[in-house]
Amino acid sequence: MAARILMCPPDYYGIEYEINPWMDRRRPADHAAAVQQWNALRRLLSDASAAIETITPQPGLPDMVFTANAAMVFRKLAVLSHFRHPQRQGEEQHFAAWLEAHGFELLRLPGGIYFEGAGDALFCGETLFAGYRIRSDARGHQHVAERIGCRVIPLELVDPYYYHLDTCFCPLDRTTAAYYPPAFDAYGQRVLREMVPELIEVVEEEARRFACNAVVVGRTVVTNAGCPRLHAALQQRGFATRETPLDEFVKAGGSAKCLTLRLDGEEAAAWKDAP
Amino acid sequence: MDARRGGVQPPTSLASMAPSQPAAAAPPHSGAAATAPLAPNAYCEDVELRGHIIDSLILPKVLDLITSHGGAFRIKQIAIGQARTDPSHALIEVQAPSQELLARILHQIADHGALPVADQDVQLVPADMPGAFPEGFYSTTNQRTEIRLNGRWIPVDDQEMDCGIAVDLAAGTARTLPMCEVRTGDLIVVGHAGVRVFPVERAAETQQFEFMSSTVSTEKPKGAAIRAVAGELRRARAASGRTLVVAGPAVVHTGSGPHLCQMIRQGYVDVLFAGNALAAHDIEQHLFGTSLGVYLDRGTIAEAGHEHHLRAINRIRRLGGIRRAVEAGVLQSGIMYECVRHGVDFLLAGSIRDDGPLPEVITDVLEAQRQMRRKLKGVTFALMIATTLHSIAVGNLLPAWVKVVCVDINPSTVIKLSDRGTFQTMGLVTDVEPFLRELLEELQRAGAQQGG
Repeated sequence: MAARILMCPPDYYGIEYEINPWMDRRRPADHAAAVQQWNALRRLLSDASAAIETITPQPGLPDMVFTANAAMVFRKLAVLSHFRHPQRQGEEQHFAAWLEAHGFELLRLPGGIYFEGAGDALFCGETLFAGYRIRSDARGHQHVAERIGCRVIPLELVDPYYYHLDTCFCPLDRTTAAYYPPAFDAYGQRVLREMVPELIEVVEEEARRFACNAVVVGRTVVTNAGCPRLHAALQQRGFATRETPLDEFVKAGGSAKCLTLRLDGEEAAAWKDAP
Repeated sequence: MDARRGGVQPPTSLASMAPSQPAAAAPPHSGAAATAPLAPNAYCEDVELRGHIIDSLILPKVLDLITSHGGAFRIKQIAIGQARTDPSHALIEVQAPSQELLARILHQIADHGALPVADQDVQLVPADMPGAFPEGFYSTTNQRTEIRLNGRWIPVDDQEMDCGIAVDLAAGTARTLPMCEVRTGDLIVVGHAGVRVFPVERAAETQQFEFMSSTVSTEKPKGAAIRAVAGELRRARAASGRTLVVAGPAVVHTGSGPHLCQMIRQGYVDVLFAGNALAAHDIEQHLFGTSLGVYLDRGTIAEAGHEHHLRAINRIRRLGGIRRAVEAGVLQSGIMYECVRHGVDFLLAGSIRDDGPLPEVITDVLEAQRQMRRKLKGVTFALMIATTLHSIAVGNLLPAWVKVVCVDINPSTVIKLSDRGTFQTMGLVTDVEPFLRELLEELQRAGAQQGG
């Protein structure tokens, strides 16, 4: 079955506010370039045999293009996001409506808990790794753990440049992941080393190119341009690698993975195979 | 908020005495001790940490944060998930030498999911199957408990130990729920957040039972103890209280039956819980003059007396039950006769070693429990005489504020009852016959003094 990926065309994308250290309104996005980069990414993913679905973009919600933050998908359950920053909270209703219309059971976390979807919750094998402190709340992950009955490992994010887990950690298959160690504290680094059998360390230069913000479709890994060392490490392990420039989105603190939401479960999620 | 010691306290370790509770364990992290030193007069607050807190090193991280900020901690309860997917729970008392430092520590650890239990609403999870709670359910104590729902504290009804708490959102009510009665969809409290427990003020209790509030002993003066029990019985009869008697067959074997009959006739007994044996030997005695084949008046063994209790049970079964036997005039005296005549709400619960049993005996133990719970509503005083297992079973169903007096010749019975969590039990180690005789005399003496 083809991978299903949700994307949001960048019609209203732009740097209109600053909610992470990457954003600077004095450094606006080039809209035409952004559209071109987004289309190129979409083409690469289609070429990797992913079926791309789109949600209608909404004016005034420039970051809606980052669909990874819509929800966390577990089978037919979508754990809806509740954004920490009010600038993004307007996206919630649109993502909820789309997911419900497409057959997902919706789960909203109880009052006031911040949770930013697949941006902060990534399966690797049977475990859900969950970033917290900068955007998502630790207690939200507890709720998710209780609801879906799998092991959920909260990881504290300590560097504001890597504010979502998917900016510094990328599960590639059930036993392999790439990560940028300095984005985690000593506890988190130790937990990752103990729990993920094959860990690829990403160097700072490539981490800043959002090397960890990769999209995996089958054995193909798509990243922003400029991550040669990660690509070499992946090729050694039998992955095919593709790159495409996404600088216009890096200005807002996002890259390939942020621009996608895998609707049928990431390749690394063990539950995909379970009945 | 003054978090000084002595206010509302969290669930005590009572529940952890019950075998069903996960065993207490120290955290596995080498870097953090299970208990950091207690500071005198510390400011403290209970926080709860849930989830995969061991694998993720969140628990040691939180403990390290507490100590590195100059605080201390005590792990009051910890339940470690067994399977990889099972979450763990820890209830941690955070201590600090000042209110300011405590607030600072609480603020720090909150980011890691360690939140004060009193600042949160309860967490509710719908039961996903009948007859079992969701994992991580809150296990009750027998002490007065409240839960926080939508920011408001509400009492938990039908307080009982070793149950869960079910919440009716529409009615805004909560009650304890035994495991076997869970229905799919019942909203069950999980974790400790939003749950507070009010331990019984033991200091107040001692005024009433001061003479026997210490450990069980055979050395205590019985007279004062019996006077106190008589006082409880009179108070319950005079006011709207209800007295429960739980009695074993030794009441009959020792010839104490007439004393209990007298108490029933005088209106001191509202509810009687017993097994098949008490009723069978009571009826045997009133049909054949023997108990277990022994003539109670002479102490001699009757010819083929060992058959008497079976013949007694058989006769009652042929008549269709104890009530029918009383109505038919076949049973004309004895404890069960007095119960029927004076409207005592009696319940006979069966066991696997029962002969017969008598038709009134409830052989489905869950049904027996269910009916016992109903009959216990409004009971204010429980007198448990010469029975071990029945006492423990009933003790388990009682909230901590019901006074319990346990009378047994064997000190271990009384100790067991306390150890199984019915800590409010006052023990009296004595033979049941002199106890009941003296109790009756005390009741009559007091009655005469009061002119009634």
